[in-house]
Amino acid sequence: MTSPLQQKIKITGPSVVTANRTDDGVVIYRTGSGGWSTELADAAIVREADPARALLAESVADDIGAVGAYIAPVKLGGDGAVIPGNLREQIRKTGVTIALPAQA
Amino acid sequence: MYAYDEIDRTLVNERVAEFRDQVQRRLSGELTEDEFKVLRLMNGVYLQLHAYMFRVAIPYGTLSSAQLRKLAHVARKYDRGYGHFTTRQNIQFNWIALKDLPDALADLAEVGIHAMQTSGNCTRNVTADQWGGVAPDEVEDPRVWAEILRQHTALHPEFSFLPRKFKFAITAADHDRAAIKVHDIGLRLIKNDAGETGFEVLVGGGLGRSPFIAKTIKPFVPGRDILSYVEAILRVYNQYGRRDNIYKARIKILVHELGIEKFAAEVEQAWREIADGPLTLDDEMIEDIRSRFVYPAYEKLSAEPAELRAAAADPRFEAWRKNSVAPHRQPGYAIVTLSLKPVGGPPGDATAEQMDAIADLADKYSFGEIRVGHEQNLALPHVAKRDLPALWAALDAIGVATPNVNLVSDIIACPGLDYCSLANARSIPIAQELTRRFANHETANLIGRLHVNISGCINACGHHHVGHIGILGVEKNDQEVYQITIGGRADEHAKLGELIGPAVPYAEVADVIEDIVEAYLALREKPEELFVDTVKRLGVEPFKERVYATR
Repeated sequence: MTSPLQQKIKITGPSVVTANRTDDGVVIYRTGSGGWSTELADAAIVREADPARALLAESVADDIGAVGAYIAPVKLGGDGAVIPGNLREQIRKTGVTIALPAQA
Repeated sequence: MYAYDEIDRTLVNERVAEFRDQVQRRLSGELTEDEFKVLRLMNGVYLQLHAYMFRVAIPYGTLSSAQLRKLAHVARKYDRGYGHFTTRQNIQFNWIALKDLPDALADLAEVGIHAMQTSGNCTRNVTADQWGGVAPDEVEDPRVWAEILRQHTALHPEFSFLPRKFKFAITAADHDRAAIKVHDIGLRLIKNDAGETGFEVLVGGGLGRSPFIAKTIKPFVPGRDILSYVEAILRVYNQYGRRDNIYKARIKILVHELGIEKFAAEVEQAWREIADGPLTLDDEMIEDIRSRFVYPAYEKLSAEPAELRAAAADPRFEAWRKNSVAPHRQPGYAIVTLSLKPVGGPPGDATAEQMDAIADLADKYSFGEIRVGHEQNLALPHVAKRDLPALWAALDAIGVATPNVNLVSDIIACPGLDYCSLANARSIPIAQELTRRFANHETANLIGRLHVNISGCINACGHHHVGHIGILGVEKNDQEVYQITIGGRADEHAKLGELIGPAVPYAEVADVIEDIVEAYLALREKPEELFVDTVKRLGVEPFKERVYATR
């Protein structure tokens, strides 16, 4: 399988690096301070390929904390809010679009 | 039920200990994700959008009540209180933490359940007719042979690193309830003119990106030779199957590119080298496996008990009985299908409470046995007819008596974009909306047998290619759109559906399906002509005209 770092990085707008937390799979976002947050609002925003590549590289390097890091598109609201850039990322951020059969 | 022995228990327990060590090393950083991924996949652990997903094997769809209770326990203790039954007779848990997985596996091992070979490029869980051993139309119980195959292929070193995953399905009846023609190897148990038991062997079926209906490679292989023959098929596949391109790696591509005649010739050559060798099954070995299937001590009961006659006055009971109760090989008994397709519910999901209740009902009414079907419903395989009214009331109380089995709202659906990292579009909300549109039982009955299958991506876990109506979600310009096919079927007359036209947006899918169904009702020659037969008679054009005339 091709490493995410070997894949061609194409950025068409503001983007973040996201992954899943290793021990429980929870969705996380790479922050500007070299850590991870479960809040998209805390994510480091990149707009060009080189910074995106650098952010992805440091994210992938944290192999213990995170799994499957990749670059995901976001949109920026007028109030500065960070909004997922597509439905897949929206669902990752806010959860399934259906009522769960049960909630333990 | 099949009774596991000490060897099985040791194997399962050792596997738990091994995986516990692997998880510990992953969490400590000793193993990288690249190193760990192949190990977790060998234990049914995927990473999905929100969490890890844990797929547990249910060989040939047979569960004991104790096993179902343990699945409920895992759902409750380690997940979010429910599980999802799949088109391969497995169950998936969607929210489990990696750190909890070894404990969950250990708990399951107490009742002989594991997750081996539910993922990875190996021979996967062997599936079979969920009515095996009780269906009146079967040659013999196909699960005996499924178990022989399971034992032979379990952790088989030669077949643990195949070019791609490999799936067996077995049926022993003329009517195929196991969808054998869309499996890598499909086996149909038959008797030849001499009365000898054997198999029609089919190969190269599969759905996904490149769908194919399996072809018969050998019309009759004696039962004693079945292991050596399928081993020969797997050897040819292992040797020639493509490893350079994941999209061309399944055996169906090899069979298609070589042609069935050339592929069969290769298999014959490979078989000659191993036939009549150690893989030949003698009667004693077959009987040993057969003897470990414990069948209920059926009573001699009336085929028309008074309880049933009395309950017939209740139209709700009668609607359910006519829909969900099937004949049993034993007089006085019936097979009962439990619909996991409630109106507005996610197809195939069951809560821990429902699983516990079903386990109790299985103990009370079905000799402690439950079956899982590839249509994502459950079944109680040994119910005395006199108990049907009481059972129905209990099933109705827990929401698994919707009388829609094989009707338009008995939808097969994959988890789709709500859960799955491969999906491009959602499946479950589409299914839910359709169940609401067709909630009226009289209308659904009027429509008759109609299978709607939905997949959220081209990998086709929802078997959309072989739905009478197939719905495939794709992504176009960041929007979910859905391609509709009609005329597919997964039974003994298996056929791939035909596309009716351009994809339609998410919001229009249910309207389109309603249009198709209305067109069918107007076009069918008589009420007995099933949807799929009307499509066969008329082709897709009349349906296409109806759907796109105003769009």
